[in-house]
Amino acid sequence: MTPKTAYAEADEVQNGMTPETAWAEAMKFENRANPYSFFDELRKTPVARVAKGTYAVTGYRELLALAHDPRVSSDISHSPLSAKPAAGAESPAGAEHMKAYGKEPSMILSDPPDHDRARRQAMRHFGPPHTPDLIPSMETDIRKLCNHMLDKAKGKTRIDVVQDYAYPVPVAVICKILGVPLEDEPTFHAWIHDMMAGIDLGPELATEEGKVRSEKAKASAAELTKYLAGLIDGFLRKPGQSMLSKMVNDDGPDGPMSPKEAASNATLLLVAGHDSTVNTISHCVLTVLRNPGSFELLRSRPGLIPGAIEEVLRVESAVQFFPSRSALADIEIAGTVIPKGAAVFLMYGAANRDPSRFPNPNHFDPERRDNEHFGWGSGIHTCFGGPLARLEVNVAFETFLHRVENPRLVVDPPPYRQSNVFRGPQHLFIDYDRIRD
Amino acid sequence: MKTAALVADLVTEFKTHGRIVIVGASLAGLRAAEALRDEGFNGSLTIIGDEKHEPYDRPPLSKQVLKGWVRADHTKLPRMRKVDAEWRLGVAATGLDRKTKQVRLANGDQVPFDRLLIATGVRSRPWFNPKEGALDGVFTLRTSDDSGRLQAALAAKPGRVLIVGAGFIGSEMASVCRELGLAVTVAERADAPLIGALGGVIGDIAAEMQRDFGVDLRTGVSVEALVGDVKGHVRRARLSDGTTLDVDVVVASLGSIRNTEWLEGAGLATGFWGVACDAGCRVFDINGVVTDSIFVAGDIARAPHVLYEYQFLALEHWDNAVLGGKVAGHNMVSLEADRRPHLPLPSFWSGQFGVNIKGVGVGPFGDEIVITQGSIKDRRFAAAYGRRGRIVAAVTFNHGKWLEYYGALIERSAPFPPPAPGYDQAGDMKPIPARFPDPRVPTGVPDVVLTGHDPNERGAEYRPKKRGPVGEVKRAA
Repeated sequence: MTPKTAYAEADEVQNGMTPETAWAEAMKFENRANPYSFFDELRKTPVARVAKGTYAVTGYRELLALAHDPRVSSDISHSPLSAKPAAGAESPAGAEHMKAYGKEPSMILSDPPDHDRARRQAMRHFGPPHTPDLIPSMETDIRKLCNHMLDKAKGKTRIDVVQDYAYPVPVAVICKILGVPLEDEPTFHAWIHDMMAGIDLGPELATEEGKVRSEKAKASAAELTKYLAGLIDGFLRKPGQSMLSKMVNDDGPDGPMSPKEAASNATLLLVAGHDSTVNTISHCVLTVLRNPGSFELLRSRPGLIPGAIEEVLRVESAVQFFPSRSALADIEIAGTVIPKGAAVFLMYGAANRDPSRFPNPNHFDPERRDNEHFGWGSGIHTCFGGPLARLEVNVAFETFLHRVENPRLVVDPPPYRQSNVFRGPQHLFIDYDRIRD
Repeated sequence: MKTAALVADLVTEFKTHGRIVIVGASLAGLRAAEALRDEGFNGSLTIIGDEKHEPYDRPPLSKQVLKGWVRADHTKLPRMRKVDAEWRLGVAATGLDRKTKQVRLANGDQVPFDRLLIATGVRSRPWFNPKEGALDGVFTLRTSDDSGRLQAALAAKPGRVLIVGAGFIGSEMASVCRELGLAVTVAERADAPLIGALGGVIGDIAAEMQRDFGVDLRTGVSVEALVGDVKGHVRRARLSDGTTLDVDVVVASLGSIRNTEWLEGAGLATGFWGVACDAGCRVFDINGVVTDSIFVAGDIARAPHVLYEYQFLALEHWDNAVLGGKVAGHNMVSLEADRRPHLPLPSFWSGQFGVNIKGVGVGPFGDEIVITQGSIKDRRFAAAYGRRGRIVAAVTFNHGKWLEYYGALIERSAPFPPPAPGYDQAGDMKPIPARFPDPRVPTGVPDVVLTGHDPNERGAEYRPKKRGPVGEVKRAA
């Protein structure tokens, strides 16, 4: 199916669609490659009740307001998604998945002051002012790895951008930073794959397959956290120079992070530290190849690459939303009252295409100005690893543009991964003439 | 239709052959120049600045430059685009003739214009006693040259630094001194630092921060005299409480003076608080009639603001210069229907004593404050200011990510106190008096000032005091 047909079909279906239906369609696996027409439909009510106890926010202004509203909690234990469903009551979609990030809440599932403290304890060892050199020091390795992957593609005319290019680089980098042995990658790769496949709030969740995925996700998350807890235990006995080691041994103003909390945050940092980067690199390639002229434009004017990457994040947000939030009070916004206790989904991918904020929002414009999108989130939970991801994506994209000659998409749309939260292609096959030296 | 076509022709003609002069080559002037070119103005553009430097950024001058991290001449402003202007730097404008439409320069040149932008900003208020002010080791801080000189003096490890005035700049300098390991005394006439902008409740917290950092903070005192040694270097300061201090460096941080003198006799609505304009940056004449060809932006502008009962607001804030410059540039080449208002939600930031302070709105417009989020003890909190049940401002200490929320509340004049946060509440959410000093009592001049409703400030009169670091503003009853 070409994307054009997909759009056309969506157009027919969506007339008179209720928010509930639009939401269910947007979450459906079959619409993973293009949920956006359903988001457009949903945005007619910028803050809409989409399921029992669940509100989706698709308007830019409304999302911005709620991302900064101290009555919106990220603490999953407040959310109906984590509540044990009362007998006979229907549990809101997605229930158990979010706990996949560990039992002791990681910072993404916490509110201030715990969130702030945990973020400080981790940031000390990652970015300025205490660790200003870590991210820039990775650039040489990133470039080497990217070139290495393309060297391996020499002599061939087809690669899977996801497996053969986008994945290996960020995973190696985050392992090095955290202090996770890269030899263990095959083991944790499988866990993470299963974990992410289970983070799915679509209607497929209710199917037998969905339930199996969900169970597998929980088990894999537990395995991953156990594995990382083991590493952390080792760092406690024998401190090293890695970020995880420093987090649990640090004597900063907030003290060391407790081993249990460190294990949860390690899971978060390891997964979020590469998964969305992979999706973004893949989406960069996919987007330029879908938009005639943009590959050549960026190749000839590399100065446009950083802005083009932000534009890719706007149109194909790697994290479409993060379903941990809930309202701690009745919140009136845009003519809707979100009742206290309801789940609040800030739909970054939808708000990023709000026509009242971004002119011609479905158009990929690598030179777009005033592009303050939500691809990195907004508010206190704004992407922790953003500065690293920006560097990785920039180097990877630039190297790809520079070295891959005449790339073409083999299938469009490509097959997508299961998760509607962490959205990206499963595979992205391209044909090309050759790899330049 | 005929008239419309004629007007359209005029606009095209002006954009092609018009002459625009910008007086003031700093942030507002530069951003206005860039906006003009963005708008398709291809006529002649002249930028006049009394300093010899290209436009540079001032916020680092009291922080990174003084710490020695960045050289004073290394804070040039990034250029957003080519402006293709004639730069007349190092020569001040000394007069404006509105009849012949010419700006007079200090070297006698006359620069003709069709449209003029006034962006001459402010300068440091000098030490009240010129003889004492001329002593070696006595400084003010406004320009990059000032900053370079002061940095050199601090790097020479003076025995004690005295900072007179605990506004934002004075407090930032005190912080730098402590970070450099220097002994520093701060003398402030009011009861606490930052009190003019943030009130006494926050001022008390700022005072604690200073003292915890080892600053010898003296409030409720003024500095009456500076005494030099035989070589003409300052060595001693005499305070109003009768004490004396041995000092090697004195920084007068007494607020600013608006650079309006060159406009004297031009018949514009100029005065102590700057140049009055409408919300579209068009300058009022002395009778309150709006001019068509003279615009103003930046620190020197004062304009009525919808959020603050249409009082004329004077704002010495970085983003006011950026946004005001852009709006002025746009409106200078636009017809009525396309003109835009410059109605900023005032915002500022400061870095001092390891704390990032940020604010939105106009605190002194309020009379109550409530600490909403975080912990004062940890110096991580947010607070909101209210007036008659409406939120008018907010300030954060190391909590800036929340400002967006308060800014949105202020923009729609939401009820005060704001709803209680769902977590990390600072206390009982009970408003208390914010303790702003009476505006008629001279303290350090705050950098946001509501200056009344009259374009000509007829209700205000400025009388320089014989003694004391700042002038007195006396309002008619």
